[in-house]
Amino acid sequence: MTDQAYNFAYLDEATKRMIRRALLKGLAIPGYQVPFASREMPMPYGWGTGGVQVTAACLTPEDTLKVIDQGADDTTNAVSIRKFFERTADVATTEATAEATVIQTRHRIPEVPLTEGQILVYQVPIPEPLRFLEPRESETRKMHALSEYGLMHVKLYEDIARHGAIATSYAYPVQVEGHYVMDPSPIPKFDNPKLGDNAAIQLFGAGREQRIYALPPYTRVVSLDFEDHPFEPTKADHSCDLCGAGDTYLDEVITDDQGSRMFVCSDTNYCVTRQAEAEAGAAQ
Amino acid sequence: MAHDTVLAAGFADPARDAARAFRLCLNAMARPGTLQDVAPIAAPAPLSAAAATVLLTLADSTTPLFIGTSHDTPEVRAWIAFHTGAPLVDRAQAVFAVGSWAALGPTEAFAQGTAEYPDRSTTLIVERSALTPANARLTGPGIQHAHELRLPDPAAFQANAALFPLGVDFYFTAGTQLAALPRTTKVEAL
Repeated sequence: MTDQAYNFAYLDEATKRMIRRALLKGLAIPGYQVPFASREMPMPYGWGTGGVQVTAACLTPEDTLKVIDQGADDTTNAVSIRKFFERTADVATTEATAEATVIQTRHRIPEVPLTEGQILVYQVPIPEPLRFLEPRESETRKMHALSEYGLMHVKLYEDIARHGAIATSYAYPVQVEGHYVMDPSPIPKFDNPKLGDNAAIQLFGAGREQRIYALPPYTRVVSLDFEDHPFEPTKADHSCDLCGAGDTYLDEVITDDQGSRMFVCSDTNYCVTRQAEAEAGAAQ
Repeated sequence: MAHDTVLAAGFADPARDAARAFRLCLNAMARPGTLQDVAPIAAPAPLSAAAATVLLTLADSTTPLFIGTSHDTPEVRAWIAFHTGAPLVDRAQAVFAVGSWAALGPTEAFAQGTAEYPDRSTTLIVERSALTPANARLTGPGIQHAHELRLPDPAAFQANAALFPLGVDFYFTAGTQLAALPRTTKVEAL
């Protein structure tokens, strides 16, 4: 049921226009963080207020929306955002990646390759990749303007000095089209190779930090690394205990207090689909 | 002044039609050179349906607008005032600009953004008689191999792209057709 008391997709039109203008400038300058006047949303910061505002500005009545939280369609955050848009925009929702036209995600890129008709909206907590290295916004702005990213390379080098390898495993910094270094949001670095040359439009919204950025389709995105320590996407060295997939990102699930554990696909829709296919194959 | 055009409905269903129109603007900017077809809309000549749609979708009282002489008629001014409320300003202050390529003049006259805030640059809505046949080959972000588009002056867009990350961004409009060219796109004359 649509709540007629609200405008289509909750936000008022002036707010949507402001977000839409920021999204277009974001696409025109890939990887650059466009400031925008983030609004209070009916959910706390940290629950995807940035992603929700971007989704609200992009949704059309004809869209099919999918929302995932760390790959799962059925966790609190994903369910409540999906219900929010069912109620305020009356859009169709789905759990199947291939059927969705807009996908809002928290910290994962779906396993199924995205297509040209799709938009992937990321929820971003800290959009500034340099923030923990340089707290002053005035300075990080200059560093981006000058493409001065030595500090980030020093951080990765210190990882190697301490741990023998680059220990950063999520929110792994990437450089977009040879200029802006961008925080891909806390996706596991396993997902980094999917950022570049992706057929879908990728939009990033950080509500508390009031920043929007974007990657047009087929953009060159390079994970920072060194010649002698090349970037390596990593995952748990197991196969999924439910569907058997050996090439997906896995969640470790503790099953009792005796140290038993299992590994399952983080992308629940992908895992369920594979299990159903295996069952159908076995039944034949 | 023809009040029937000025006061004619913009979008029939403002929230939903603006959402659909924005999707076209988004797809155009994300995939430079691809042609998008907007829904027909009543707008005073010489404003095309596509340019009117972009203005209705993106312009409002917070976005100063420059109107080129080609489009600076009392009807167009009244339509923009009634539907968007955008203040009319000179080139350097404009967030959006609309007009023919000749009327808009050299793109350097518009805001190019600053090194620290390259987003603070003008978006030009360039009215064209047609967006085909192509005379330029486009490559860059948003384009898998190459796209083709009819551009007024390919050399001007090469100069604009050379300013990256500064520079202006373009929408090209003809009738109900819409295409975009962000500053990242590399342009080669065919």
